[in-house]
Amino acid sequence: MTSAAAVALGHLDNLWIQVSGTQCNIECRHCFNNSGPRATTFGHMTLEAVNGAIAAASARGVRDIYFTGGEPFLNVELLEMIACALAVAPTTVLTNGMLISDRIADRLAGLANDARYSLEVRVSLDGYTEEMNDAIRGRGVFRVALAGAVRLARRNLLPLITIVRTWDDADELATLAGFARVLKEAGCDRPRIKVLPPLPLGRELTRIAGLQRDECVTTAMLDGFDRDLLMCSNSRLVTDRGVWVCPLLVEQPDARLGTTLDDAASSYELRHQACVTCWRYGTICGNVSGHIEGPDLAGAPEAR
Amino acid sequence: MKRFALIGGIYSNWRALETALSDIARRQVDATFCLGDLGAFGPYPDRVFPVLQQAGVLCLQGNYDHSLACGLADCQCGYTDPRDNHFADLSYDYTFRHTSPAHKAWLGTLPMSRRLDVNGTRLLLCHGSPRKINEFLWESTSPDGFLAYLLDEAGVDVLCVTHTGIKWHRDLGGGRHVVNVGALGRPENDGTPRVWYALLTIGATSGVEFIPIEYDHEALAADMHAERLPAEFIETILSGWWTTCLEVLPQKERARGRF
Ligand SMILES: [Fe+2]
Repeated sequence: MTSAAAVALGHLDNLWIQVSGTQCNIECRHCFNNSGPRATTFGHMTLEAVNGAIAAASARGVRDIYFTGGEPFLNVELLEMIACALAVAPTTVLTNGMLISDRIADRLAGLANDARYSLEVRVSLDGYTEEMNDAIRGRGVFRVALAGAVRLARRNLLPLITIVRTWDDADELATLAGFARVLKEAGCDRPRIKVLPPLPLGRELTRIAGLQRDECVTTAMLDGFDRDLLMCSNSRLVTDRGVWVCPLLVEQPDARLGTTLDDAASSYELRHQACVTCWRYGTICGNVSGHIEGPDLAGAPEAR
Repeated sequence: MKRFALIGGIYSNWRALETALSDIARRQVDATFCLGDLGAFGPYPDRVFPVLQQAGVLCLQGNYDHSLACGLADCQCGYTDPRDNHFADLSYDYTFRHTSPAHKAWLGTLPMSRRLDVNGTRLLLCHGSPRKINEFLWESTSPDGFLAYLLDEAGVDVLCVTHTGIKWHRDLGGGRHVVNVGALGRPENDGTPRVWYALLTIGATSGVEFIPIEYDHEALAADMHAERLPAEFIETILSGWWTTCLEVLPQKERARGRF
């Protein structure tokens, strides 16, 4: 058996905050952290705890702040949390879009306009038809989520539509074209789309039953590999139960690194198959899919 | 006190480059630096090389230059959207085919960063960020604390970059500045055909002035048409609105544009 590689935190570029725990108003078939209406693995975070994490990350020069869950809008203090985050860094909310009413959309657009940094709202859809989406995300979800995305687009807060790739490679272009067409027809006239690979975690393991292999990221796989592409080298996730190495491994007990950001900087062994997914696709959770592989300037020719 | 002209993102726009360099010549600067991406997007990529060399511009390598010099398959901009990739490929293939082997080799000899010391003020010039040649430093996604970290890590007071194509300046206080010098090759998604470069003053009080360049963009559009470059690129040169490679834009910068 080959040994798993260990990766240490370099700079904390990305602070992830699990504001609503694993509580969600829907129960998607591919959910990587088993979120749902009755999921209590993680609980809501308080405004005080969230502000504390933001302040600690800000002192370390954080580049991006992400709010996730569960469904972040189930936390009634989310808008205050977003305001606090936007004061120090660009901020992203990962949502199913269903709770974005006109009132919430007005508040979000106001926060976005007043801030110096970008506010990104990532709305998840997994199909461009009711049939395709709701088979994964639940009955009636498509129409409500799309309406939430359109409310944002109408206020020029262009949502980033986030889609898990559940189709065959051969259908890629037709599927993406389908999304773009449906979004435009609905009122998102400048659609922004981010496609994520499915993650071999949580309910997705049941959905893809039998495909799980015993894999880890080995030291050999990191030979000549740009470690900056791995979340664990530049991210941490804060929850109501401590700090985890990355948002994907939140259900893995070994991925809990400490109670505060300060004691969670230790290195982590990439022993999960989801680590292989991250290694294969690179910084999949960030907004820009490639925090792109490229020549490192350390050691590159420099002139004086 | 010293004054530098900083240009970047030439993208084969030899007409804007010539206009900018004659503007710079009238301003009596101590040196002119180009922060990279000589090719891409525009026509006749070989034309910018003699213009830069004759004016004595000190050039750095950008990601595009690195790709061309190393014979890589793409420009390393990291697009995932099929439409963005389609146009990025068209642009890269055209530029690759029309850049002479000698110019490609010359690009490979360029440094990736440059340090200067002006009476104790330490400067770092690079293409994307001090960490990566292709890391985007947009105004709306570069928080103060992160920029201060980059300055501390590099051990400098002033950092100058390009790569995004849209200029900005952040005064962090205490003589610390980060400047994105913008691009000469393509307008900055603001609905006007003008392009920009930066004049950097380093002294008792350091500062930045961004200089707009109006050039014969219609002649450039005609060049691009003659070279059968995509109509979408020509539209950007004429209208000032970006039509392609939009996926990497953060929300704020994207929302300001038309597409
Ligand atoms: Fe670049």
